Amino acid sequence: MAPRLKLFLPLVIFVVLAGFLYRGLSLDPMELPSALIDKPLPAFSLTALADGRALTRDDVIGEPALFNVWATWCISCRAEHPYLQRLADTGIPIYGINYKDEDQAARRWLQELGDPYRANIVDREGSLGVDLGVYGAPETYLVDADGVIRYRHVGVIDDRVWRDTLEPLWREVLAMAQEP
Amino acid sequence: MRASLLGVMLLLSAYAAAVIETYEFSTPALEARYQLLSEELRCPKCQNQNIADSNAPISQDLRRLLHQQLEAGASDEEILEFMVARYGEFVRYRPAFNAVTAVLWLAPLLLLLAGVAGLLLILRGRRQGGGSLTADDEAQLAALLKNSEKDA
Repeated sequence: MAPRLKLFLPLVIFVVLAGFLYRGLSLDPMELPSALIDKPLPAFSLTALADGRALTRDDVIGEPALFNVWATWCISCRAEHPYLQRLADTGIPIYGINYKDEDQAARRWLQELGDPYRANIVDREGSLGVDLGVYGAPETYLVDADGVIRYRHVGVIDDRVWRDTLEPLWREVLAMAQEP
Repeated sequence: MRASLLGVMLLLSAYAAAVIETYEFSTPALEARYQLLSEELRCPKCQNQNIADSNAPISQDLRRLLHQQLEAGASDEEILEFMVARYGEFVRYRPAFNAVTAVLWLAPLLLLLAGVAGLLLILRGRRQGGGSLTADDEAQLAALLKNSEKDA
C-alpha cells in the first residue's frame, strides 16, 4: 500500500503549492505592518495650516480621532477627499497632517474641495511623518482617547475600507473612551 | 544652433536633478559607515531597494536623517534602532533575530535539513530495494519463463 500512496506525493505537493500561491494572489506585498501600533502618538511641535499657530501633541489628543496624512501632490488624496468629508460630516474628528507640501497649495486645496479637518498639522520636512513611519500618502492613523495609535491604514479610505476595517475599530475605541 | 544647445543643456539639467544628493562628512570613517548603513537599510516605499539606490522621497528623508545622526555621533546600533522603531524590522535587510523573525532566519536551515533527510531516505531505499522477491513472485516468474520458452 505504501508505494501506492507515494504516487500521490506529487499531487500533494502541487495542492500545497497551489494553496500558497492562491493565497498570495490576495495578499498585498506593499502593505507593511506599522511599528507604532499600540504606541503613543509621537510628540511634535509644528504649526497649524490655517493660522500658523503652534500645535503640539497635547492639542490634538484627548478624544478618539483619525489622523490623515495628505498632500496636494498626492493624487489618491484627491480621490479620498470626498469620503473624508462624509466621515467628518457624521461627526468624526479628523486631523490632517499636511505632509511635505506647500502651505499655499494646501490652503487652496481646502478652499476648493472643502475642509474635513479639525486642524491641519504642517509637516513640511516630513519629520512627524518619519516619527509615524509614514512612507507615502494617503495614510490614516486611528488614535484613541489616550493618544495611543490603534491602527494604520495605508492608501485611500473608501466605503469598503471604512465598513470592513476602520468602523469596527472606531466603535471599539469610542466605547473604550466612554467607560469611566 | 542656439536651440539645440539649449536642448542639450536642458537634458543635462534633468540628468543633474536625477542624481542622488551627496553629503559632506567630517571624517572618511563616517562616510564609510554611511555607505554601509544606507545599503543595509531598505526603502519602505519600494519593495526591494535599499535607501542608497532609491530615489523615493522617503529614501531621501531617511538618507538625510542617517547623515544627521552619523554626524551627531550616533552608533550604528542606535541608528538601526531608530529606524526599526518607526518602520519595523522590514527596514533592515538583515533583521534582528527575535520571535517574529525566527521563521525567516530558520526556514532555510530547516528546509536544507528536510532536503538532506529526504535525499538520504531515497538513497537508502534504492540500495535496499534491488531485486528482493517473495517466494510467490519467484514461482510466478519461473512459470512465465517456462511458458515463454515453450512459445519460442
